[in-house]
Amino acid sequence: MKDIAVGLAIALIALMSCQAAFAADHEVELAIRNNRFEPAELRVPAGQKVRLVVRNHDTAAEEFESHELNREKVIAAGASATIYIGPLSAGRYPFFGEFHESTARGAVVAE
Amino acid sequence: MFGAAIIVFREVLEAALIIGIVAAATRGQPGRSRWLLAGVVAGIAASAVVASLTGQLANLADGAGQELFNAGVLGLAVVMLAWHNIWMSRHGRELARDAKQLGTDVASGRRAMSAMTLVVSLAVLREGSETALFLYGLFIGGDNARLAIPIGATLGLGLGAFAGFALYQGVLRIPAKWFFSATSGMILLLAAAMASQFARLLIQADLLPSLASPLWDTSWLLSNVSPLGSLLHVLIGYDAAPAGMQVAFYAATMILIATGMRQARTLQASSS
Repeated sequence: MKDIAVGLAIALIALMSCQAAFAADHEVELAIRNNRFEPAELRVPAGQKVRLVVRNHDTAAEEFESHELNREKVIAAGASATIYIGPLSAGRYPFFGEFHESTARGAVVAE
Repeated sequence: MFGAAIIVFREVLEAALIIGIVAAATRGQPGRSRWLLAGVVAGIAASAVVASLTGQLANLADGAGQELFNAGVLGLAVVMLAWHNIWMSRHGRELARDAKQLGTDVASGRRAMSAMTLVVSLAVLREGSETALFLYGLFIGGDNARLAIPIGATLGLGLGAFAGFALYQGVLRIPAKWFFSATSGMILLLAAAMASQFARLLIQADLLPSLASPLWDTSWLLSNVSPLGSLLHVLIGYDAAPAGMQVAFYAATMILIATGMRQARTLQASSS
């Protein structure tokens, strides 16, 4: 048990220290306004890690979710959030806002 | 109203299933219901605090605050589940044999129970803070049917709680001969599932490489959104398209806990 705890602690410290080693090379921005994503379609390069910055301009929180991208993150009202995605193979990856699923829809297109 | 009910149900389900398994695994321990209830109450209280701090939390650690916090919550739960399973390998059989006249150290039993209380409150915290944010958003969103929100939320909560209770009742039907192994196995899978989510969050925050994204894709066979897929997601950590790192964390957690359990059993066998 102690070994596990020590192992986990070491793993965590190692993770924190290598943060800089995995800097992403491409950044795209996404806005949430009136429970919709702007733009609804994001073009990103395939085969590259992408830093997605989502800014929520609404007064309600939203949860960015995508099964295809295997990502989910709550974004508080008026806050912005960073989500790393990819590297993706070419294709279309839909995402949606779980809290306003009928209107908040979009897709990442990797090409 | 149904929109609110569905989202609340989805959030509650995960916590309810975890509580169902924990309740079954701690059957027969003194004061169990009180401990678990305390876990739920503490989790709800903490959810409200975390929900109100979401904006600030997100800005910590270069925008990775939320992932780090959630990963910390999951990591702590994994350690508690691991510790409980290893402790139970040593004492569980005695506990099951004479549940009333505890031959084992009572204080140590209380520690094992408090570990599970913490697991319950962490599960409630994770799902509860998201639910609180969602419902708050509906309220200030000025939806015309404000009465529908609490009704929908209660409906979702009730359905989720019922699912957890049904799982609990189902597990209790496992014959006594297999019961201990079955609940330990479920706790083990739960811990591995959480470890995989832990890795996913750190990949999302770019604190861990993904190794392969995804390692495989079985969404054509069983997607994460299907009812069975989301059930298996909670219970055994099913992910239709996991990153390689998630699979590595899943396997490593399983191996570490199983090894710890085996060693605890060997210790018990040599001491009795």
